[in-house]
This record gives sequence, structure tokens and C-alpha cells, in this order.
Amino acid sequence: MASITYRKAISRVLKETLDNDPRSFMMGEDIGTYEGAYAVTRGFLDKYGPERIKDTPISESVIVGAGIGAAMGGARPIVELMTINFSLLAIDQIVNSAAKLHYMSGGQVTVPLVIRTVSGGGNQLAASHSQSLEGWYAHVPGLFVVAPSTPSDAMGLFRTAYRDPNTVMFIEHSLLYGAKGEVNDDPDFTIPFGKADVKREGEDVTIITYSRMAHVSLGAAKRLSEEGIEAEVVDLRSLRPMDTEAIVESVKKTSRAVVVEEGWKPMGIGAEVSARIMENALEYLDAPVQRVASLDVPMPYARPLEQAVMPDEDRVIEAVHRLF
Amino acid sequence: MKVLSKPLMQKSEYMDLLRQMLLIRRFEEKAAEMYMRGKIGGFLHLYIGEEAIAVGSISALQPQDYIVSHYREHGHALARGMEPRKVMAELFGRSGGTSKGKGGSMHLFDASRGFLGGYAIVGGMMPIAVGLGLGAKHLGNNRVTLCFFGDGAVNEGEFHESLNLAALWNLPVVFLCENNGYGMGSPIQDTFAGTDIFRFAPVYGMNTPGQIDGMDVFEVMDATKEAVDHARKGRGPTFIEAKTYRFRGHSMADPMVYRKKTEEEEWRNKGPIIRMKDHMEELGLLDEAEMQALEAEVDEIVQDAVDFADASSVLPHDAIYDDVYA
Repeated sequence: MASITYRKAISRVLKETLDNDPRSFMMGEDIGTYEGAYAVTRGFLDKYGPERIKDTPISESVIVGAGIGAAMGGARPIVELMTINFSLLAIDQIVNSAAKLHYMSGGQVTVPLVIRTVSGGGNQLAASHSQSLEGWYAHVPGLFVVAPSTPSDAMGLFRTAYRDPNTVMFIEHSLLYGAKGEVNDDPDFTIPFGKADVKREGEDVTIITYSRMAHVSLGAAKRLSEEGIEAEVVDLRSLRPMDTEAIVESVKKTSRAVVVEEGWKPMGIGAEVSARIMENALEYLDAPVQRVASLDVPMPYARPLEQAVMPDEDRVIEAVHRLF
Repeated sequence: MKVLSKPLMQKSEYMDLLRQMLLIRRFEEKAAEMYMRGKIGGFLHLYIGEEAIAVGSISALQPQDYIVSHYREHGHALARGMEPRKVMAELFGRSGGTSKGKGGSMHLFDASRGFLGGYAIVGGMMPIAVGLGLGAKHLGNNRVTLCFFGDGAVNEGEFHESLNLAALWNLPVVFLCENNGYGMGSPIQDTFAGTDIFRFAPVYGMNTPGQIDGMDVFEVMDATKEAVDHARKGRGPTFIEAKTYRFRGHSMADPMVYRKKTEEEEWRNKGPIIRMKDHMEELGLLDEAEMQALEAEVDEIVQDAVDFADASSVLPHDAIYDDVYA
């Protein structure tokens, strides 16, 4: 088990896929000559050539639509949308086509497509470039949505996503590319969809989270431990399907829950998780579920303001304190 | 239609084209009737008047080729050989339908015939056609994709994204614009700043025969054959604009207040079936008895489709969850 970065892990699992399946190819904006906006595809063009590493025009709708068509026709495209903000230009293809063609055809066609994209803020890119819209896609039946927080989860979930016959939104986070962790290079090491991971065990409170907020939550848990509160951190990893069982099991143990997400609170992941707890474990709760989310505003540009909008360890700790 | 002194094909081939157009016409008329009787719900967009385009163009394809279309696609489905029974059952929302009653009129599919969907978002099939072309090129299977869309799609961003990428990557796709002059109830001159749609083709460096007469089944067939051949030889996409007219409203819900009866009458007089019939009669390929026999044959197929659809059950409720995921 070697320790590598999140960037390197994704890069490695992409290469593994391209090496093993001649049907596969990648397309997206600036993934070839430029080597990827986040340098995930560095060296790919040289290694695999322009027929398999396809630089596209800035045309998000046809990037995704062409992925859908190629997938329906038996190829195995891996599509990159530079950020989830730009996915809004392709949302018709994702929601009206990719998610529905299997159903609307009565099961005749499948769309085995992986759409990689990057979510989240923290780079001072302001309101149009800092959103966490994965919950929008998790709303839609017919899609799978995963958002790994570690190099190992990224590799395991990508392998599952690629092998799945459905369309998968694979959500990366721009501030995680440098995060290191041990990975399993066995191509058979996969992580099933809908399987959360307890990243830290604890008896006193459950923190349910995903993606970069898993790291923030782990930092908060460490500090809480110093004051005698042991938090269990449940990393959802998949948003659709969501591991209700893991959430409920942990809440039954701790009787307290905080949901931490980087998106906005209204109609968000935290709202969904809270409802599932209420439906399945209300009688176990000692206090109302707390939600920690970005402030309900478009992201401001200035660094201190941006930092104030996004959840941090202090806000997670405050939310935990409200439960006791 | 070009005036010819002698037939260019076998009589059976003429008869086949006429039969297909007539089948679509009668199928659509029956569908309208079934809609009025409450057997069909939702939107029902009839292809009446545009039959020559589906029949002419699809006759130029090979069995392995792909078709994607829009929500006025019953004609394309029938021209591709999809069973009228199954198509009618889909309109009825029954389990015997092409999508078991889950897709409806606007979402017909038959993967076994490469008919990969009616798409009900204007322009939404165009990026997918590009992808089918891309997949075929990547896999080297020599399949050509025929993409139908209307004049309304021209003002969508996806139209331009798709034309650009198909041309840029030299993909085996035939874009066939069915220009019936109206986007729902809006005449094209109120929504389109340009003059001729096909002029976008050279903008994107794409092959085009220009605007063709969509009421002439032979002209459509010839143009599509050339386009398919061009694509199959690896020379890239072609853009065809076929001028046509829908004799009925946008959908069954359309009160048709936006156009003149005289305009409709003018187009009906140069409709694809009447022209084909006259043409065949002039060439001595069709007499009244043969036409009556053809009508009877087609009527029987359509009635059988209705009987089949009516007898087919609705899926049980527990099947609602099937096919959300593969």
C-alpha cells in the first residue's frame, strides 16, 4: 500500500482503465494538450494519443451528449466537465437523456457513461465557480452520484463507476487533489455504490458528511476528542444511492447527529440525511439533528468572506456543542 | 417531382415506397382518432404531410445504421420497420408497446433496429447523434447515424455545438432538418434571423446538398443516399434541409389559429402521397384497382395495430421501478 495524492490516484485509475479496455476513451475541455485544468491527465495525450484523449470545444452539452451516444453505441467514454458549475450547460443531456433513456426505452438501451467533474469552493473563484451542486444530480432517479474524499475511495469508486452500465456523476473536489492517502492498486479493489465508510469511530455523536467536508469533520472530531467528546465520522461517499443503514446504525449508537456539507442548506444533502434519520431513528435521538452548510449566499470573492461562507472545524464543533 | 418518361426502379420498389407512406398516413389518422376517443393520452404529434422524408431517407440506410429523432417520430419508426402493433401499443401506454408503455408517443425506441429514440427536448437528439457517430468511429464498425430534427432546433445551442463537433471530428452523421415552417405555432420568419437553414453547413465546413424538396420521396432518397455514402467512406457529416409541411397541428391540442386555410390547402395539393400516386399513374405503374388493394392492405395493418394495442394490458404497478437502472 503506497501513499499517493488524490490527483495521482484518479490519474492512476484512469490509466488503468485506458490500458485495460480499448473501448474506453476520454473527452473534455483541455484534457489533452493542456493536460487537465487540475493536471489529472498529465502525460495522457502522449501516452494514448488524440483518438483516446480528445480535447473538445467549449461545448458542454455536446460533450455530455456525445458521451451518451457513444456509450449507447457500445464505446466506453469517460467525460470530463471542467467544473460542476459548467455542468449546468449540459444539464439537459444529463437529466433529460442520460438519466432516462434506459427507462424511457423500456430497458432497451443503456448509457454506461462516467461524467467526472469538480465541485466546491475555496479557490477565490467567486459565485459562478464555487458551487457544490452534486445534490441537484442526486435528486434525479436514473443517475448515480459519488463524491470520494480520499485517494483510496476515489480509486475504488471509479472502478465501480466505470464498470456500471448506468451513468455515474463522479464528483471530485478541487481542494482535495493534493490530499494524500494509501491506495489499493488491485484492479479488483472496488467500492460499491451506496456504501458509506466510517472514517472515525466514536460513541457520543455522529457526523455525517462527504467529500472535502469529511476532512473538516475529522479535524473537528480530533479537537472534540480533546474535550472528551468522541465523534463518529460517517463519510457517505455515495449520494445516490445513499447508505441509510450506515447512518441509522451510527445514530442509534450515538443518539446525536450533525450533517456537514459544503452546499447550501435549503433542499440540500443535510436535509435529506435529516429526514432519513427522522424516518428511521427518531426515537433514538436525544437532540434535533444539526445541519452545517455553506452560508445561504452566492460565494463572495474576497478570501476572508469566502472562508466565512464555507463550513470549517469551528462551525462543526459549535453544532456538536448544541447537542449537549 | 421530376417528370420522367420511364421508371427508374422496379415497380415493386415504387409500390413499397408508396405503401410505407400510406401506412404512416393511415396510422397517424387512426392515432388521431384513438386520441379523440381517449385511448391515447399526453401529447400526440402527427407526421401527416411529412411522410416522404422518413420513407425516402430511411430507405437509404443499412440495417446496422442508427436513427435518432424528435417527438414527431412515428413516421420514422414505421419507416424503419418497427411493428405498427408495438408502436400503437406504446401510444396506448400498454405493456405490449415498444417501451412497455413507459415512453409514450414522444419516446419510441427499437434497439434491435438501431432506432435509438425519439427525443422530446428540441435539439436534444443532436449531441447524441454526434456521440453515436463518435462511438462508431471509435469502434470502427462503419455505422452511419441519421439524425432528424426540425427547424425549431436550429435556434438551440445544441444545434451549433453538434454541427461544429461532428464536422471537427469528421463523424459519420447525416443531419436531416425537417423544415415544416413552424416551431409549434411560430412561423420560422418570426423566430429565425437567417434566410436558409442549410447555409449553416458551409459555416461549419460541412457537406450539404442545400435545401431539397421534402415532398418528393425520390429527391429525399437520393440526397440521403449520397450523404450516407459520403459518411460511410469516412468523409464526414452532411447537412440536409428538407422543406416540408405538416398538414395537421403541432399536436392534437393545437387549435391552429396561426395559419391560413389557403396555405394549408396549397401544401396539401402538393403532398407526398398524392404526388407519388400521380407520378406512378403517369408512368403506368399504378391503376385504381391496385391503389384500392394497397389502401385495404394498409387499413388492415392499422386496424390490427389498434386491436393489438387495445388487447394489451397495462404493466402491473410493481413494474414502475423496473428499468430505472440497468
